[in-house]
Amino acid sequence: MLLIDCPWCGKRPELEFSYGGQAHLARPSRPAELDDQQWVEYLYLRANPRGPHAERWRHARGCGRFFNALRDTTTDQFAATYKIGEQPPA
Amino acid sequence: MSAFRTECGGRVDRSRKLHFSFDGDEFEGLAGDTLASALLANGIHLAGRSFKYHRPRGIVTAGAEEPNALVAVWRDAARYTPNLRATQVELYEGLSAESQNRWPSLGFDLGRLNDWLSPLFPAGFYYKTFMWPRAAWAAIYEPMIRAAAGLGRAPALPDPDRYENRFAHCDVLVVGSGPAGLAAALAAADSGARVVLCDEQGELGGSLLGEVQARIDGVEAADWLARSVAVLIRHPRVRLLSRTTAFGYFPHNAIGLNERLSDHLADAPVGQLRERLWQFRAREVVLATGAIERPLVFPGNDRPGIMLAGAARTYLRRYGVRAGSRAVVVTSNDSAYQAALELREAGIEIAAIADLRERADGALPRAAKSAGIEVIESAVVHGTRGGLRVRGVELGGRTLDCDLVLMSGGFTPSVHLFSQSRGTLKWDEASNAFLPASKAERTHSAGSCRGITGLVDVLQDGLAAGAAAAAACGFESTIHRFEVSGGDNAVASRADTSRDHPAMPGAKAFVDFQNDVTAKDLALAAREGFRSIEHVKRYTTVGMATDQGKTSNLNALGIVAGQLGKKLPDVGLTTFRMPYTPVTFGALAGVARGELFDPVRKTPMHEWAAEHGAVFEDVGLWKRARYFPRSGEDMHAAVARECLAVRSACGIFDASTLGKVAVVGPDAAEFLNRLYINNWSNLAVGRARYGILLREDGFIYDDGVIARTAANHFHVTTTTGGAARVLNMMEDYRQTEWPELAVWLTSVTEQWAVIAVQGPHARRVLAPLVTDIDISPTGLPHMGVAQGRICGAPMMLFRVSFSGELGYEINVPTDCSRAVWQAVHEAGVAHGITPYGTETMHVLRAEKGYIIVGQDTDGTVTPDDAGLSWAIGRGKADFVGKRSLERAAMKSPHRKQLVGLCTLEFRTVLEEGAQLVAAAGLRPPMKSIGHVTSSYFSASLGHSVALAMIAGGRARGGQTLYVPMPEGDMAVQVTSPVFYDPEGARLHA
Repeated sequence: MLLIDCPWCGKRPELEFSYGGQAHLARPSRPAELDDQQWVEYLYLRANPRGPHAERWRHARGCGRFFNALRDTTTDQFAATYKIGEQPPA
Repeated sequence: MSAFRTECGGRVDRSRKLHFSFDGDEFEGLAGDTLASALLANGIHLAGRSFKYHRPRGIVTAGAEEPNALVAVWRDAARYTPNLRATQVELYEGLSAESQNRWPSLGFDLGRLNDWLSPLFPAGFYYKTFMWPRAAWAAIYEPMIRAAAGLGRAPALPDPDRYENRFAHCDVLVVGSGPAGLAAALAAADSGARVVLCDEQGELGGSLLGEVQARIDGVEAADWLARSVAVLIRHPRVRLLSRTTAFGYFPHNAIGLNERLSDHLADAPVGQLRERLWQFRAREVVLATGAIERPLVFPGNDRPGIMLAGAARTYLRRYGVRAGSRAVVVTSNDSAYQAALELREAGIEIAAIADLRERADGALPRAAKSAGIEVIESAVVHGTRGGLRVRGVELGGRTLDCDLVLMSGGFTPSVHLFSQSRGTLKWDEASNAFLPASKAERTHSAGSCRGITGLVDVLQDGLAAGAAAAAACGFESTIHRFEVSGGDNAVASRADTSRDHPAMPGAKAFVDFQNDVTAKDLALAAREGFRSIEHVKRYTTVGMATDQGKTSNLNALGIVAGQLGKKLPDVGLTTFRMPYTPVTFGALAGVARGELFDPVRKTPMHEWAAEHGAVFEDVGLWKRARYFPRSGEDMHAAVARECLAVRSACGIFDASTLGKVAVVGPDAAEFLNRLYINNWSNLAVGRARYGILLREDGFIYDDGVIARTAANHFHVTTTTGGAARVLNMMEDYRQTEWPELAVWLTSVTEQWAVIAVQGPHARRVLAPLVTDIDISPTGLPHMGVAQGRICGAPMMLFRVSFSGELGYEINVPTDCSRAVWQAVHEAGVAHGITPYGTETMHVLRAEKGYIIVGQDTDGTVTPDDAGLSWAIGRGKADFVGKRSLERAAMKSPHRKQLVGLCTLEFRTVLEEGAQLVAAAGLRPPMKSIGHVTSSYFSASLGHSVALAMIAGGRARGGQTLYVPMPEGDMAVQVTSPVFYDPEGARLHA
């Protein structure tokens, strides 16, 4: 079970969280102006990296907030967790 | 006292005799024995039958790695535990154990036939033999093989014992209490860190429990052990956990421990916890898990009486048991010489030591030779003799008589937990083993689990690891070394396991004792083209038994490497998986069983419904009243009566489980505009609207009535099952996509209870109870919402209908809802009010063609598919899912669309999920053009009704289609999904 550092509450066991998929995918502000290919890319295409991955988690059974995390998919180690709207640390 | 028990020595209590039975025979053992040591003390090696060939098997090891001696321990019909390793079962007065996998008895087992038929069962036999005739596979072969499969049997009654699950934290968790682990714990405890030391055995000490020669810090090893344990017990920041197996190493230093609290007791106190599952989160972990001796692979190496040399030494030193009277030692390294010398000193005759190496000239072999023991170098074992017990060893043309064979193929460090932690392993030529290399967690391996040998070095290594772990937590240890003299020092000599053993005809050389995998099976797999060790493992099942190949994996690897002409490290290792030893379901489940398995959600009206005979159904975690049968009624009769009552008079229904979300704030309408397909800006205060929520892919996700109760306040209802996920989705968009909107979301599902009153008499029932609201047809029209009071309680009254009748949904605070329900029911009796349940609700809504999300939709249904495109707000530039609806495929006229179906035989109720085809008499494979989603008998209409999703369905009105069923094709006619009151006159009454 992962130990996840909620940027609002601190370290909590994975039990308290739900996974939210890839991070930093902004919903297009005018979807109608996108062609089908562009829309499908937003809708379905996701990174599946071996290594560092920016992803979203929600502290669903805690403060309820979504936040971002940088997790290495091969080791499960978190390099950072950071709030929604913030950029991943370099 | 039996001839096999020594006169003194060991850690057994000779003053406390214990009685036990094995397969019904009565025996005597001593306090401190395991079942295995007690059996050996009675001269018994035969402990079980092998899985596949039913060969007689004996005790091979003295620990967790035991592949053969699997027994069942019986306390009563509910406390019957199969597949326990006899080497780990602590003896208690009255213990009753039995062997497994034999019939009718352990000594005479008919399954032994398999051994003589073994040419029929080579590796992967289930892919090769029993293939003809084809029909026999399903009828004969598979049932036979399945009946033969499985090991042990499950207890017949529910487990009556208590288990618990506990979370805990510490600075340093030490796994294993042998010399390395004990030293690590002493160092970490001395530093002031919070320390946990766990060990799978009943007594702490590991190999120190059998150490008789060494002196540590000036005292005998046993005294030093007692002193050290006493220090740790008294230490306020140390927790000692014996009988506790660290079975799994999970990410971020989460360690699963399985503590067994009562299985070693003859009489556990009433209410005693049986097992505890610990989930420890340790800042640093010290792994001091030791090493496991490897068997040798020679023909006939599996007869009872053939055991590991180190195990025989443990039985002698720790339990005071001689494993036999005359032994042949077969070895590929020096450590077995130590065992031979000690056993000889205890009175066991050593017939010879057969060393597979060309030369045995270390200190121990020299000592053996000078003691007069015959040492045969470059030995080749051709086979063994004996039936239920080994009688001799075939060696270079000679047969050496014996009743005990000791084997040693070197040691395999126990890297299971380290490997589970995703640490990498590296082959070490010097120790002939895989050792921990780079680590992925905050972990320290210490002692023989990382190839260190000799008591001095192991103690020092443990001390260093404990100090390093403490230092990483910010603590400093002041213990720097222990003084050691004498004892087992560095028998590290290179074991040569690559020697080939020419087999006697018919003799099998076993690699995996538990799964009966022989060297020949592995060679066959290599010849048949298997290259990956993971494939060889699955094909031959080597290492896949309950012992997970603790004694067999490395030998298998060596043989496969030899067959493939590769170096052993180039073949690679199979994956180590948790659990290290089996963990009971009881421990994993903890208290989550029976009523506590899942929380139960009950509405405030639950007890009333129960008192009135309701039959409940599970909807998610909720218990919902399904129907209210009267005496003699089955479900169909009850539902028919309830439906007719609602259509002709009035019904009362508990809709409290509906999800409810308060959407509040200046931007509440804008927020809902962006999420739901409908337009919310033009919804007046005091009005409600049927809302539909899509996912971004354009498919229906949820639906529900949404009311505007104030300019900035919307009361959103969701489906019962969708409440949590809809709120999650709303929060996702609010927090991450539109943080600029001033809107707040609050779940109020459990704050508002909902009493639906439906039917032509509904208004008459409510009129005398409601105050502050004009409920006349013009005062509160269909889809109107008003706030007032009922029976004095505050109320939000919705005029909505999911039945097609004049209907109200009374929302009252949960606290007073049961009183209101009763008042409404009492007031309604004169008007024929009838409580109804979810089954009736389903029929009523199906008669009206109202969909249920998740029943009539399946995640591939657009609003237009469901006939709901009228709900899409006109002129909206965007909402979640809108762009997806613009894709050509989403507008195709050939998509499945919601329609009604009437069976030509009017009483036939179709199966939900049944497929539809265009013509009668088709044979599979034929093309399905749709499927039935809802199907009921309508008492109001006098015929069955069904909803279906059919390709291009709306253009098929009037067509006859067919539902192919085993009993023949059923003809159906495509209709509108609205069967009842299509004009909606009754809604607006």
